Amino acid sequence: MDFLVFQYPMITIQACLDGLLLGILFALIAYGMALQWGVMNIINIAQGDLVILGGYIAYFMYLYGIHPAWGVIVSPIIMYFVGIAIYKLVINKVVDRDLFISILATFGISILFMQLMNFAFGADVVLANSGYGTTMLFDNNVVLPNSKIFSAFISIVFAICLVVYMKRSKLGRAIRATAQNARAAKILGVDTEKVYAATFGINAALCGVAGALISITFTIHPYMGLPYTIRSFMIVIVAGLGNLPGVAMSGMGLGIFEEFADYILGTEFRIGSVFLLLVLILVYRRFKLSRKREYLK
Amino acid sequence: MNKNSWILYIGILVFGLVAPFIFPAFKVQLSILCVLIVLATTWNIQGGEMGYNTFGNILFYGLGMYLCASVQVGMFFPLAEWTESGGEKTFVHTPSQFFQGMAAGLVVAAVVPTIVAGLIGYAILGLRGHYFAICTLGLGVAAGEISGGIEIIGAGQGFTTPPFPNIGGLEARGEFFYFLSFGALVLTFIAVRAIYTTRFRLILNAIRDNEDKAEAMGIETMKYKITGWMISAFFCGLAGGIMGGLVGYIDSTDVAFDGREMGVFMVLMAILGGKGTLWGPIIGATIFHFFKEGFWTFFLGWQYVALGVLIVVIVIYFPEGLMGWLREKYPERFGEVVDEADRKAQVELK
Repeated sequence: MDFLVFQYPMITIQACLDGLLLGILFALIAYGMALQWGVMNIINIAQGDLVILGGYIAYFMYLYGIHPAWGVIVSPIIMYFVGIAIYKLVINKVVDRDLFISILATFGISILFMQLMNFAFGADVVLANSGYGTTMLFDNNVVLPNSKIFSAFISIVFAICLVVYMKRSKLGRAIRATAQNARAAKILGVDTEKVYAATFGINAALCGVAGALISITFTIHPYMGLPYTIRSFMIVIVAGLGNLPGVAMSGMGLGIFEEFADYILGTEFRIGSVFLLLVLILVYRRFKLSRKREYLK
Repeated sequence: MNKNSWILYIGILVFGLVAPFIFPAFKVQLSILCVLIVLATTWNIQGGEMGYNTFGNILFYGLGMYLCASVQVGMFFPLAEWTESGGEKTFVHTPSQFFQGMAAGLVVAAVVPTIVAGLIGYAILGLRGHYFAICTLGLGVAAGEISGGIEIIGAGQGFTTPPFPNIGGLEARGEFFYFLSFGALVLTFIAVRAIYTTRFRLILNAIRDNEDKAEAMGIETMKYKITGWMISAFFCGLAGGIMGGLVGYIDSTDVAFDGREMGVFMVLMAILGGKGTLWGPIIGATIFHFFKEGFWTFFLGWQYVALGVLIVVIVIYFPEGLMGWLREKYPERFGEVVDEADRKAQVELK
């Protein structure tokens, strides 16, 4: 336990800014999860592993001498096809089945990916150095790496692009129609199978962007996927499906919570506190709803 | 219970009792198999009968593991020093101390998780479906992460359980743990079988099929859900305590709260065999154990890849499991009356 964070306002500001920038990244991943959950009714446990895989793509570009920031462009393109492949092989067989089946199936994919990445890339914690330097604020008391600012900026750009795409394009309209009522969309001539595949691909591409940014800003490791899944799940249930400002806000809130948990409880309890927060949020909502004799649906 | 099933039970019991002497090389494997069957069967109470698919029974398993070892050490020696120094070198349990500690440890390992399940049950079991699944998944992982930060139980470096006292060597150790886990298996089987013949099972099934209707029929579903979870927790804790002694080393995320491995295994075993049946999880666990050992031997290094593929294949192609498949094929054997015309009509529909 360390309450230094409350005694020195600069540390508080540092934690808040760090958390904010981190939270924007989380919100991007959570947006992908909300998309596939809303459209296909699938909870993808492998979400975090897709993020890590996207991160390794950027890392490998860095190893071969290309600046890792280009990973932001390359990684989503590769991940889009990975997503389509996963959809064709596994997800299309579980789309209209019980949700638990999809959770278990994606859990299997998650274990598979984790181990394949472990073989292919080794079990070391790696980081793609962007060489962006740092920004000092408040008389050099608050240190912000430029890579974090860069990653938050890119996340916002991608999120805005996606929102516009979903509103304006033909495919975006088809996706939204399928989310509202898959059957009616099918009757009106939407190829829902294609829409599902595209949704999963877009989700994987978003994970790819987020992963590339994470590999620049933080570190990646083959086994670090599950916390990202849980974070995005938590953001989605707090915000609700289809509530984009909510996703952004709760993402930033989670980022700030994590930074403070890191300062107060210590780094070893950081991941634990995220998982515990998920349990607490679910239990809180359960008690709130049970007063009206309802339950989380 | 008719004559045939008595013969079957006695046959299995006798086989279980002589197995370690027939296959002396596989004692540890057989003990692990017993523990796996216990875990699958108790998961089935939760996931199969009640319809509450949990990833969180690993919480009780890991809790039981840590509690059993802590009690076994803490009864005779200072726990903090033990974990700090890798205590088995400094302190030595005499045989009587070891067995007393194990007995007390197993009792604690079974009782405390039951109480924990009762306490958190009211909050968690109000969630339904996938929210419950993800919540329990989070609970299991959180327990692993948090216990990995607690110094007194070894934190990141792990906790070595007391070594078996120096009597009879490895043979005696294997036999001791085999009979311990086989005893737990027999206890579990008797308890679960007894439960399944009562009204309790019908209530659990009612909750699975339609909880709102069950409530409307005047069943206090929450009470039964908590009871069901407490029964699961009791046996999971017991299994965890035995497994801790058997493995000899407890690590927070790799052995005790291993949601990636044991936490999924128990779900998978129950689904493979067929959830919602008495024998399904037992058969599923046995098949799964053979598969797993095969993977671990022949695909060394690739075992998790094979495991991931196995999970996906089982979930997609055999969601009803072996028993479900048999039930569809030979419904008469399961006491269902089938109209021939009806069956034909169903086939045509497909």
